[in-house]
This record gives sequence, C-alpha cells and structure tokens, in this order.
Amino acid sequence: MLNYILTRLISAALVILGVSCLVFLLIHLVPGDPIELMLGESARPADREALRHALGLDLPVLTQLNNYLSGLVQFDFGTSIHTKQSISELIFQRIPASAQLALSSLLIAILIAFPLGIIAAINKGTIWDQMAMGFSLFGVSIPNFWMGPLLIMIFSLWLGWFPVSGKEGVSSIVLPAITLGTAMAAILARMIRSTLLEVLHEDYIRTAIAKGLSRRQVILNHALRNALLPIITLIGLQLGTLLGGAVITEKIFSWPGLGQLTIESIQSRDYPVVQACVLFISLSYVMVNVITDIVYAAIDPRVRLSDNNSA
Amino acid sequence: MAIFGSFMGLNPDVIQLPKILQGPDMANWLGTDDLGRPILDRLIMGAKTSLLVALWVTCLSLVVGTFLGAASAYFGGWIDFIMVRIIDVFLAVPGILLAIAFAGIMGPGIENVVIALSIVGWVGYARLSRAQVLALKHRDHVQAAIALGSSSFVIIRRHLIPLISAPLIVEATFGIAAVVLAEAGLSFLGLGVQPPEASWGSMIRDGTAYMLVAPHMVITPGIAMILVVLSVNLLGDRLRDKLDVRTR
Repeated sequence: MLNYILTRLISAALVILGVSCLVFLLIHLVPGDPIELMLGESARPADREALRHALGLDLPVLTQLNNYLSGLVQFDFGTSIHTKQSISELIFQRIPASAQLALSSLLIAILIAFPLGIIAAINKGTIWDQMAMGFSLFGVSIPNFWMGPLLIMIFSLWLGWFPVSGKEGVSSIVLPAITLGTAMAAILARMIRSTLLEVLHEDYIRTAIAKGLSRRQVILNHALRNALLPIITLIGLQLGTLLGGAVITEKIFSWPGLGQLTIESIQSRDYPVVQACVLFISLSYVMVNVITDIVYAAIDPRVRLSDNNSA
Repeated sequence: MAIFGSFMGLNPDVIQLPKILQGPDMANWLGTDDLGRPILDRLIMGAKTSLLVALWVTCLSLVVGTFLGAASAYFGGWIDFIMVRIIDVFLAVPGILLAIAFAGIMGPGIENVVIALSIVGWVGYARLSRAQVLALKHRDHVQAAIALGSSSFVIIRRHLIPLISAPLIVEATFGIAAVVLAEAGLSFLGLGVQPPEASWGSMIRDGTAYMLVAPHMVITPGIAMILVVLSVNLLGDRLRDKLDVRTR
C-alpha cells in the first residue's frame, strides 16, 4: 500500500511540474510581446522596460523558468501588477469561497444523481428510466452560462427567493451551486445507472434475492456498494470540469472565488495572477485525484495489486 | 440555416433604436435586442460563428491529436513516454480553464478562440488514438507492412488510422457539441468574437443586463444552443450504437 501511495505521489509531482511549465509557457507561447499585451501599444518605453525587468522577462527563458519554479516551491507566485499585492495572499483570500461553492455543488450533484441513477437502473426500460435519462441528457447539454441567468431570472427577480449575486448568507450559495452541480449530476446519474445495471447481473445479487432479502436491501447493501468504486473515480475526474466551470459560474453570480479572480485578472491584463490561478486550480484538481486513487486503492485491494503487477 | 445565413439578406447588425427590447411580433419573430437588432437574424449569424469555430477546432484537434497519439503508440519507447507525460499534464488542467487562460492572454477574436480551443482539444483524441493503436499494432497486417518495408508514416496513415476511425468519429461528434458550448462560454466571458459580430454566448451575456424587461434576449439563444448540443449528442449516441463502439 505504501508503495502504491509513493508511486502515485511521484507521478503526481511529475504532472504538477509539467503543469507549472505549461502555465509558465502560457505567456511565452502567445505570439507577440506579453509586455505590450499588458500595457497596450501606447505605453512609454521606460514603463515597458520597468515592467519587463520587474517581471524578470528580460532574463533568458531558462533562468526565468528556474526562478519561476523555485518561487513556486516556496509558494511565492510573485506580486500582482494591478494591485501590487502578493499573489499568494490574493489566492488564499479566495479559497474559502471557491471551496464552499465546489463542495456544495458536489453535494447537490450527488443528491440529484444517486436517486435518479438508482431509479433509472431498477426500472430499466420503463418511463421512469426514460425520464431520468432524458433529464440527464438535458443536464449535459444545458450550458451553465445560460442556466445561471435563467435561475436568477426565475428565483431572484421574479420570485425573490434568493439574492441575485454576491455572497451574503447561506441562501446566496443555492443558485450558483445548482448551476454548477447540474451538469455533474447528469453525468453521474448516467454512470450510476450503467454501473448498477452491470452489477445487478452478478451472481451474488441473484443469491441475495434468493436469500429472500428485500429489494431495498439488495440494491443498497449489495448492488450499490459494489457499484460505488467506479462512481467515486468519476466524481474525482468530474471535479476538474467542476473547477473549470466554476470560472463562468462565479462570474455570473459575482461569487468571490478563484474563478472570478481569474476573470478579473484577465480583464485587467494581470497575467501573473492569471497564471497563478490556473496553476492553483489545476493543483487542487491533481491533488483530489491522487487522494481519490489512494482512497480507491484502500477500499479495493485489487487496484493496487494489479498496479504493482503491471509496473 | 447557418450556412445560408450569409445569403439570406439578414440584418443582424442594423441598429434600430425605436425598436429596442421589443418582444416577439410579426416583423421580428423573436423580438429585438437592446440596440433594436432582430434576434432571429442574430441567432442565425451566431449559428454560423458557432459552426465555423466547432468545425475548425474539431478538425484541427482531430488531425493533430490522432496523428500524435497514433505515432506515439506506434513508435513506443521514449517518444511514447514523453507523449504520455504531455497528455497527462494537459489532462490535469481543466479544459475550459486552460482555454479561458489562453484566449484571455491572446486577446479576443475568433482566430484566438479556435487556437485556444484546439490547444485544449487535441489531447482527448491523442489519448484515444494512442490506446487504440496500442491494441492494434501487433496485428498481422501491421507486422506484414513493416516486414514489407513500408515507411512508418504510411503504416500509420494507411494501416492504423482507418481501423481506429470509428471511435474517433464518435468522439469527434461529442467534441463538436463540447466546442459549441466552449465557444459560447468564451464569448459569454467576452473572450470570443467581438461586437457587432453575433455569437450565442455574447447574446446571452448582453441579455443578462435586461433580464427583467426583455427575458427573450437570454432565453432564445440558450434554447438554440441546447437544441444544437442536444441533437449533436443524440447523433453521437446513434453513431456509437451504429459503429458499435464500446463505451469506455
């Protein structure tokens, strides 16, 4: 087990290193002079050189990369061009709001997906199944930047149940969380249905039914438990889409999280902050997946055994 | 509709201030927006933008991704090792986030949207074609082609890619839907096509400012988009069943 955790951590570290390089290259891959993009064409040459020097962009690229990476190790992302604040401070201010939104969306997705998926699986082929899967297809197709304004229109402007935007009190998180969680709920529901259907064909389910257990017991204790593993992995993987989608959702609801910071910095052309946000969001995604993998291996010994054999 | 839009004599950019924010009526079937422009006309022009971006991005990422993935699996060794690491890195960054960052730094504009979405898009195809080729490359006909001295390029193009095209086509169909959504998302954030050019995403964004007086400005582009994405996804489902591709 320790071996497995170590291999996973090492490969995650490699991925994180790669992501850092990609994010570093973000500015350099873009055609044109980043300084000109940031300051505009009318900036004075002296200002340009000052910013170029402040950002270290006048050094050779490899030295820049070296400086960048060694800064990251100490959690030093540099300072914001726009507000002159330390970027790590800016990011830490936004983490609580982002984490709250991600967790509540996840909760909503799970609360919707499990009942839907289970109902669809045990009533396969009936109208219930079709309705659940219809909802799921709809949920995947509905863009969050449309659903968000629509929810605001109905529940905030017409009914006045929830605040339009911002983060005040518990009720303000409801609409953003629904907006962000729906797509994930849709994908999860499909997955729960198909894994449950697979599991329901297994011999031990027949045995359980033959033993005279109630339908409820069979589904919850025998089928769902065994179907849970691939579902946990999917939740981990989907979290990436969730974190990415949060950028748009946070913008719609003026939710003061990392996503909004990303957009704000893009608008103010504060590229070091954009880089740091992308890096930080990706980092959390990678870490979540490592944890998912480890939890998965802890629950199911087959995973780490097969991994050791193939390695 | 989207293709013929350019020839239909539409007035997507004509500003008619007396008609601003009108609901649907006989002259303008879907109403007008905040500058009095007919929403139906703008929807159709937006469809053109969407379709154009979707086709470009899907073609670019499909070709680049398939080829890199297939070549990586075919050659194996350190090429494959590096390729897998690169794919892992790209998969570790949420796609839409990377696209937003690239489009944001490159600045708005339709070409930049295509580039940003392609940078994100190729990875999926590369991973898929790599996995498929890994399973195929020890088949007899490939070994025979190697023995006959065919060049690697010919083997990949003639003997491998045709065999893996079915799952790739299915993936590309779903990819089109994803790109339509992503393009609209970027436009919603103001990173897509620039005004007065129409895009569904920017139409929704413009509409959010007038939700109380003119809800049709938000509702119609969204419905158009959902219909497109829904039908493309259904098409993908059908294709998957037809071409008998196992769900991964």
